[in-house]
Amino acid sequence: MELTGAEIVVRCLQEEQVEYVFGYPGGAVLFIYDELFKQDKVKHVLVRHEQGAVHAADGYARSSEKVGVALVTSGPGLTNAVTGIATAYMDSIPMVVISGQVPTSVIGEDAFQEVDAVGITRPCVKHNFLVKDPGDIASTIKKAFYLARTGRPGPVLVDIPKDVSNQKAIFEYPTEVSIRSYSTPGKGDSTAIRHAAQMLLEAKRPVVYAGGGVILSNAATELTALVKLLGLPCTNTLMGLGGYPGTDELSLGMLGMHGTYEANMAMQHCDVLLAIGARFDDRVIGNVDHFAQVPRKIIHLDIDPSSIAKRVKVDLPIVGDVKLVLAELLDVLRSSKQKPDATVLADWWREIEGWRTRGGRLAYRNSDEIIKPQYVIEKLYEITGGDAIITSDVGQHQMWAAQYYKFDKPRRWINSGGLGTMGFGLPAAMGAQLINPDATVACVTGEGSIQMNIQELSTCKQFRLPIKVVALNNRYLGMVRQWQEFFHGNRYSESYMDALPDFVKLAEAYGHIGMRIDKPSDVEPALREAFARKDDLVFMDFRTDSTENVFPMVPGGKGLSEVILSEDL
Amino acid sequence: MRHIISLLMVNEAGALSRVAGLFSARGYNIESLTVAPTEDLTLSRMTIVTSGSDAVIEQINKQLNKLVDVIAVLDLSEGDHLERELMLIKLKAEGEDREELKRMADIFRGRIIDVSGTSYTVELTGSRAKLDNFIAAISSDLILETVRTGASGIGRGERILKI
Ligand SMILES: Cc1ncc(C[n+]2csc(CCOP(=O)(O)OP(=O)(O)O)c2C)c(N)n1
Repeated sequence: MELTGAEIVVRCLQEEQVEYVFGYPGGAVLFIYDELFKQDKVKHVLVRHEQGAVHAADGYARSSEKVGVALVTSGPGLTNAVTGIATAYMDSIPMVVISGQVPTSVIGEDAFQEVDAVGITRPCVKHNFLVKDPGDIASTIKKAFYLARTGRPGPVLVDIPKDVSNQKAIFEYPTEVSIRSYSTPGKGDSTAIRHAAQMLLEAKRPVVYAGGGVILSNAATELTALVKLLGLPCTNTLMGLGGYPGTDELSLGMLGMHGTYEANMAMQHCDVLLAIGARFDDRVIGNVDHFAQVPRKIIHLDIDPSSIAKRVKVDLPIVGDVKLVLAELLDVLRSSKQKPDATVLADWWREIEGWRTRGGRLAYRNSDEIIKPQYVIEKLYEITGGDAIITSDVGQHQMWAAQYYKFDKPRRWINSGGLGTMGFGLPAAMGAQLINPDATVACVTGEGSIQMNIQELSTCKQFRLPIKVVALNNRYLGMVRQWQEFFHGNRYSESYMDALPDFVKLAEAYGHIGMRIDKPSDVEPALREAFARKDDLVFMDFRTDSTENVFPMVPGGKGLSEVILSEDL
Repeated sequence: MRHIISLLMVNEAGALSRVAGLFSARGYNIESLTVAPTEDLTLSRMTIVTSGSDAVIEQINKQLNKLVDVIAVLDLSEGDHLERELMLIKLKAEGEDREELKRMADIFRGRIIDVSGTSYTVELTGSRAKLDNFIAAISSDLILETVRTGASGIGRGERILKI
């Protein structure tokens, strides 16, 4: 059957069972928009800025296991999308971005709204394609979805020139994909897995360090079973929160720059470290040389060989899908007669308890006069029963949300960990709310971050997305202010957010409900009222203590045990 | 340490820039890079000469393997291999120098492939060291122009990179 390129694009999306496409029209994609108009299987969500489209597709993917899809026009449409693409790339999020391109006849002539989309996105996509023949569209889109979701997931861009979307070709959606240069790891090496089991059984001070790979491979069940089977201390990265239940007693909480004292100390002093779907990021282990001073054996499970031995030496690498490797490791351990030495492990736990006491778990001093940001998150946790999908922006509020909202399940915590993109939270919440219509979705943000994609409040209105915006408004780019206080002699260069809008009126202007909360005693009632409004977007402007800092803190370039603890302890 | 890495990749627009982009984005050295299609025109064979610590070379290999367009990667320097580079060098050849330069070209098994009243162009293949030695053996004021391809490498004997 002969169809136009644009018809083929839409048919491919239908074949992939895409429910929502997040996008913004323009000249180069008009034929595709025309085809979207003629059908109603694939729903289009009109954002207010292309960055919002990509973040929304991202939030959709993170909260659902599906591939997110965004559609943008050439030139500025594509460049606006780049921050979103890079955000998804850094966190390995499965996504397909379709961009329009100028007609093939004028490519390279600096045509109106022309940019080299494939060139601009090359360093921040898993792969990208420029389609020059309508007959290649179907196979390319099929490949794009396949690449996006298999192996280590990531964003894939498909750039389609306008004339290609208007020419006809035979449409047939391929049932299978073959890319001869691409293969994905499945099971791990069984000998290595048996070896890993032995190392864990003999460890005196074991720690499990689990990252975003656990979430991406849907391995939370396997991870939880493993940790409980051996009684191991488990810490999760910012990207891995919810991969192991945060409220469980074996959880040490998050590690890293703003991780708990016990997690960082245990990480530093363990003798066998089982790293799972994590990449020893600089914000996680701090100074690599300091980390390497303590001898420990490292077992590293990851689907991406290039994540292994990139920053630290690894004693036992296991390349494979985390879920399959963990399942096999569990089988080996369950059938083994050997058990970990309970007294040795108890000693280790005693040591960890000591750190817990010293670090005071996570502590802050509450106040009757001024709203403490941590208190807002604690109440948010209580009122949502710990079961909301929480998206976040970037800054202090993000760290407090990660610390004080205890995630027990995967895919409930959605944040830009790798790129640290301010402006991510609200559009990501839109994607999450659309694909989880019955879930409670809240966006924890700061007055700085929210203004980076505030226009999406309009999209939320159009699509009736009852997101709860929890803005911790400290009148500062708080995380910047904190670094200036600690490391730049209290010189608050350009971190004060002057001339803030009245967020209540702003929310109302967009057709939503706004609330301003100044007093600690109003925090809980306000949250209750807001979350009771099941059908409305409520923007809560919490006026919080502008001097509050995030603790513990391992300063950049320092070792995990060189931590600054709160003076409130 | 210097490494010579061979790779097979799909012969598609943009494949070369993915490899070159990877090296610049991650700060890896490229001493030279050569690329051309193989007997199977859907494939290109590339030889990259690079240097770095063992850890860096391991990362380079892994990162190259990760590129979707790359089919196979072989670090030739990990085993027996051959390495050849082509140089075209134009020399100022006047008066007595003409005879002397011809003799030098012969010693290095070079061929004079273009002659004018005042110049010779010599074609020379060999290892990098041999080409370097030739340049060193010629007085620098006689060298008008040099063009080098960078090394192409292949494994010895049964060491074959093919799919
Ligand atoms: C797009 C972007 N620009 C700049 C930064 C650097 N940055 C990191 S945190 C931060 C402050 C964020 O302020 P706010 O959203 O008010 O949150 P707070 O730290 O006050 O909770 C800034 C500017 C960033 N992460 N992203």
